Amino acid sequence: MWQQAINGVFLGAIYALFAVGYALVFGVLDILNLAHQAVFTLSAFVALAFVAEGNMPLAIALPVSLLAAGLIGIGLERVAFRPLRGRSDSNISGLISSLAAATILEAIALQIWGPDVHRFPQGTFPDKPLSFLGATVSALQLTIIAVSVVLMAALTTVLRATRLGRQIRAVAESPRAARILGVDVDRVIAWSFFLSSALGGAAGVLFGVAFNSVSPDMGRSVELKGLAVIILGGMGSIAGAVIAGFALGLLEVLTVVQLGSSWRDAISFGVLFLVLLVRPSGLLGKAAIREA
Amino acid sequence: MRLGCPSFRLAAVCFLALAACKGGGGSGDTGASSGAQAKGPAKMGAALSMTGAAATYGQSQKNGLEAATEEVNGSNSLQGIKLELLVEDDATSKEQGINVFQRFINTDKVSVIIGPTLSTTATAADPLAQQAKVPVLAISNTSPTGITDIGDYIWRDSLTEAQVVPGAVKKAKAKIAFKSAAVLYGNDDVFTKAGYDVMKKALADENVTVVDTQTFAKPDRDFSAQLTAMKGKKPEILVISALADNAAAIVAQARQLGYAGPILGGNGFNSPGFIKNAGPAAEGVLVGTSWNSASTAPANQRFKELMQKRGANPDQFSAQAYSGVLIVAEAVRKAGYKTGRDDIKGGFAQVKDLDTPLGKFSFTQTRDAQHEPAVQQVKNGKFEIVE
Repeated sequence: MWQQAINGVFLGAIYALFAVGYALVFGVLDILNLAHQAVFTLSAFVALAFVAEGNMPLAIALPVSLLAAGLIGIGLERVAFRPLRGRSDSNISGLISSLAAATILEAIALQIWGPDVHRFPQGTFPDKPLSFLGATVSALQLTIIAVSVVLMAALTTVLRATRLGRQIRAVAESPRAARILGVDVDRVIAWSFFLSSALGGAAGVLFGVAFNSVSPDMGRSVELKGLAVIILGGMGSIAGAVIAGFALGLLEVLTVVQLGSSWRDAISFGVLFLVLLVRPSGLLGKAAIREA
Repeated sequence: MRLGCPSFRLAAVCFLALAACKGGGGSGDTGASSGAQAKGPAKMGAALSMTGAAATYGQSQKNGLEAATEEVNGSNSLQGIKLELLVEDDATSKEQGINVFQRFINTDKVSVIIGPTLSTTATAADPLAQQAKVPVLAISNTSPTGITDIGDYIWRDSLTEAQVVPGAVKKAKAKIAFKSAAVLYGNDDVFTKAGYDVMKKALADENVTVVDTQTFAKPDRDFSAQLTAMKGKKPEILVISALADNAAAIVAQARQLGYAGPILGGNGFNSPGFIKNAGPAAEGVLVGTSWNSASTAPANQRFKELMQKRGANPDQFSAQAYSGVLIVAEAVRKAGYKTGRDDIKGGFAQVKDLDTPLGKFSFTQTRDAQHEPAVQQVKNGKFEIVE
């Protein structure tokens, strides 16, 4: 049971990290960025290229691919979202155009890397099993949990304590009011995309390393989970996404233990459905990002 | 023929059959339908998974088919008839498999279809060939049901899980004496599910208690929850039915979680790709196999020699593909050197004790493969036959 709790926390850390990026963009723009999972995938490939072909340690490849993911995010915002901004139906058209962007990015990954599953070379990360209160934890798993927590804490700090964070929160509250007060709204939105995509990219790299499997369709396995997490946590709430991410990871593992693995997704989404019925605003409600 | 469509058939089936008959004036009298000339080259359309989840196998199969086609054509053993090989990618998907079959049947007008790689794809695509009366030789479909029982045009040279797994369980038990097992299988794929059904029965037959059964889906990457639950029940062996990509990840994660006991895999493990991707974690894994790589029979030695010449690693999938072409050539011979669709179907029925890398090959009454299976174990990064 203890081992399963660790498995759940580990899975939850990756879900949470992925979903936090979703939540950030949703909180600021009220738009679901469905291309988030494509950034997740591309970033894993970038890290793989640096590690496998550039012979670089993961400690260098991770920040580099984070940066790359952030830049892809800025590009995404510029191409797929900014031209639509200000239109009356920008929520729906933004959703569709992000879906288009996701398809295009996935096709690019397919062209460059092919459809096969790629792997990080053996020994990319010293995979030492550690005994921890009777459970087996690998150093890799601990590192991944730590990296996710640090990144999520960093995001919270940025939002709370920096000038950029205050601007992001102001734009989330009301873009018009923020503009009147002299905030460069376009710049702030671009930065939000940078942060969101960098976190999604980090989740992609960690996922690829953790399960040693990188493929153009890897984003699909977290896409729906990520959506479930932000709905569960309360759309646009960063803290909610973190809590819901860990909760979903634990719930999945618990289902496997108690009911069997065939029930896993049915239970996860069943709970999501219940939360929507009982508490439509999610665990932490909607306005949370503005208060951060 | 055109008027003779039985009235109980669905209109759509009737229409398809009509379309198929149109080109060649009926298959009953000449034995050659739809442009497959009785004396012309024998066109073999191979639907292989060159991309997607089963791409590991597709490449092996292509190598085997090409090597055998060159070998047969070079030996000139068919009285001047040449084998012509067309390879198309079924992309490990039912939809694409159906497209490829339609193309082979209607556009390329092949004499025989080889493939498709996965049983799941075969259950969707084979009925088209059955309706159009085009013989299909499956070279890797191992689901015990739902393949050759589609109809009398569907044949296979791959042993089913039901033929391989019981022998593997028995041999593994003789070697490491286990009384309890935990089973993990993919429940969203015809082949891995069928493998599980057979494993369950084989374990019961050997009086092994199954202490836990868990499932996963093809897109899954994390198996630690299932594996931890299984490990907690302290089984003496893990039995796994999975495709090679999942199999590698499962075995690696099982070892990561500290499971040190033996692992027995289904047919999906039968690929050098599995060993490559699982790395050191693959050591000691037991797998039942249709192909005895250690066999010293001349047909097997020749096959291994040809594969090495192509720079390819011989495996069960290339052996079955290679044998498939030898079987088609034998069918052409048995049919009196004719290459029509019904000639080849008739020829298949007469193939008996043919020397192939798989051993002495015959078909059973139900058009399934009949030859001796074996068990192998990963040692120093290679499959070795367990004596």
